Amino acid sequence: MSQTVSGTMTDTAPERAPALEVRDLRIRIDAEAGSFTVVDDMSLAVRPGETLCIVGESGCGKSMTALSLLRLLPDGAHVERGSIRVGETDLLALSERRAEDIRGDRIAMIFQEPLTALNPVMTVGAQIAEAVCRHRGLSRKAGWAAAVQALRGVQMPDAEQRAQQYPHELSGGMRQRAMIALALCCDPAVIVADEPTTALDVTVQAQILGLMANLQREHGTAVVLITHDLAVVAEIADRVIVMYAGRRVEEAAITDLFDAPLHPYTRGLMGAIPHVGGVGRLTDIPGTVPPLWNLPEGCAFAPRCPLATAQCSAETPPLRAHRPGHLAACWNVTHDA
Amino acid sequence: MTPDTSDINGPVLSVRDLKVHFPIRKGVFQRQVGTVRAVDGVSFDIGRSETVGLVGESGCGKSTTGLALAGLVAATEGKVMFDGARVGSKTGRDLATYRQRMQIVFQDPFSSLNPRQRVRDILRAPLDIHGIGAPAERPQMVLDMMARVGLRPDQSASFPHQFSGGQRQRIGIARALMLKPDVIVCDEPVSALDVSVQAQILNLLNDLQAELGVSFLFISHDLGVVEHISHKVAVMYLGKIVEMADRQAIFANPTHPYTELLLSSTPSLDPRKRRNFTVSNDDVPSATSIPAGCAFRTRCPLASDICAREAPPLTPRDGTRLVACHNR
Repeated sequence: MSQTVSGTMTDTAPERAPALEVRDLRIRIDAEAGSFTVVDDMSLAVRPGETLCIVGESGCGKSMTALSLLRLLPDGAHVERGSIRVGETDLLALSERRAEDIRGDRIAMIFQEPLTALNPVMTVGAQIAEAVCRHRGLSRKAGWAAAVQALRGVQMPDAEQRAQQYPHELSGGMRQRAMIALALCCDPAVIVADEPTTALDVTVQAQILGLMANLQREHGTAVVLITHDLAVVAEIADRVIVMYAGRRVEEAAITDLFDAPLHPYTRGLMGAIPHVGGVGRLTDIPGTVPPLWNLPEGCAFAPRCPLATAQCSAETPPLRAHRPGHLAACWNVTHDA
Repeated sequence: MTPDTSDINGPVLSVRDLKVHFPIRKGVFQRQVGTVRAVDGVSFDIGRSETVGLVGESGCGKSTTGLALAGLVAATEGKVMFDGARVGSKTGRDLATYRQRMQIVFQDPFSSLNPRQRVRDILRAPLDIHGIGAPAERPQMVLDMMARVGLRPDQSASFPHQFSGGQRQRIGIARALMLKPDVIVCDEPVSALDVSVQAQILNLLNDLQAELGVSFLFISHDLGVVEHISHKVAVMYLGKIVEMADRQAIFANPTHPYTELLLSSTPSLDPRKRRNFTVSNDDVPSATSIPAGCAFRTRCPLASDICAREAPPLTPRDGTRLVACHNR
């Protein structure tokens, strides 16, 4: 492995204003049994053309974070504090009607399972046309033409015929292309993709990741990609946030994270992945993710952590920069990597 | 695990020309209008204490192969041999004997355990059914097995919903091991689990194999997992094995163009080794209309005339592998 950063990484212009900026977000769920925090102290910024990956295991709050970015939190969940800015617009201050104007236009979402996210009783062309007409005020005819164009943009084979088909008539890969076309049809500044390739076979995943990277390059879109898969992160991220039990535990540029992970959880995750070319016993992380309604005192990872001390189970470690641009929330960060 | 093995080095399980075809029926009279060749002539051997990985994309027939071997779907054709002796009809007494030697662990640890049974009853049922051990000894056998798979004895009266996903998969593995089978079919046993828990289960399977000498048919779509756990790997595409070899041979030197495609599509864990994904549009053909000749030819960069005419047989190459390709 060479020590220099290879040219495959996207160069992000740090002087450009973020397309999406989140500050001190806290999301709570009110359930009958009581309310609890699912995401806390979440801050992030994504610039045009940049890909930020949020990675973590089930229940870490990554999907809740994604949904909150489009004000799509389910009933019972709400943003308790913090701000979400898309460009100059404060998303949380908008009326629902104004939020609908922004959603799909300046910020759009790609869901994990296109079969449930797409409308089963509308053709894919009609769904895309509806979005274009809603946001661009086009005629039905022009909307349809734009829909076919959007499907061509995602390299849908036989775009004109496919536009007239229903989601169930398409293969998994084509459905995900249709959803990407729907997300991109109004050329949004920000795309939030929640596990966009998790339901797909590996060869189709490669196609979809390649497609997303190409489209991002063409359009200069800022992408927030939510995933549980560190290999996908290695493939497309510029920056990475690792989440555990509703909080950021580590944040870094892609090469820094993979070269020298600081947080014991990140290190554990990397050792736990069986990967092509890897050998030896997997380091498993003992125990399981704690339920969010019953988090331990102090650092939520402490009960599973090999480095845990008395301080860890008493005080929550703050997220601090240990190297330029490389943040970790751990009392016992060791710098040898 | 059976003492009467004449040839200790021979395969414990041999599968020959296994076929599972499903009829497609349509209309009022349910006339058969076609056939899905889910598994179409699959042969392989599994040795003692050996793990054979069966890998491929959704719809390739890998799970159906596992289900047919576990006796959960009827095979259309083919034979299955334990220690070289053909297994007779999978009915009645024969089936009971067969199941004792061949068990299965399912992908979804939530739906594959009876929610109304306590763990100790789930684990005891196989002993009762097959009359293994004296009834008074069975509770202890259950507790021993729980300890072996990393469950606490005081959890034996709990119900499945009281366990996490990883622990439930441990219950599923314990249930499969109760009869001391020769072979366990593991059908995507870690796909529903988080990576940190997945690693626990993979390590457990490796430990159990070293301790008990059990063999695994490990079915997975995840090449990383397959490489980690398998001694031998078979790659399936649309009902057929297209390449089979030792793990190192498959991963260091893939020969079939489909194996190459799978490996090149798998992301590496190294951000400096990003591949330029070729954005092609090719989709796996439907299992109801598999292309004539070689099924992979519609996606294959090497496809030539002969590929459309003749299905390539699985033939040995340089003594290390079997490959079904005209052009390799």
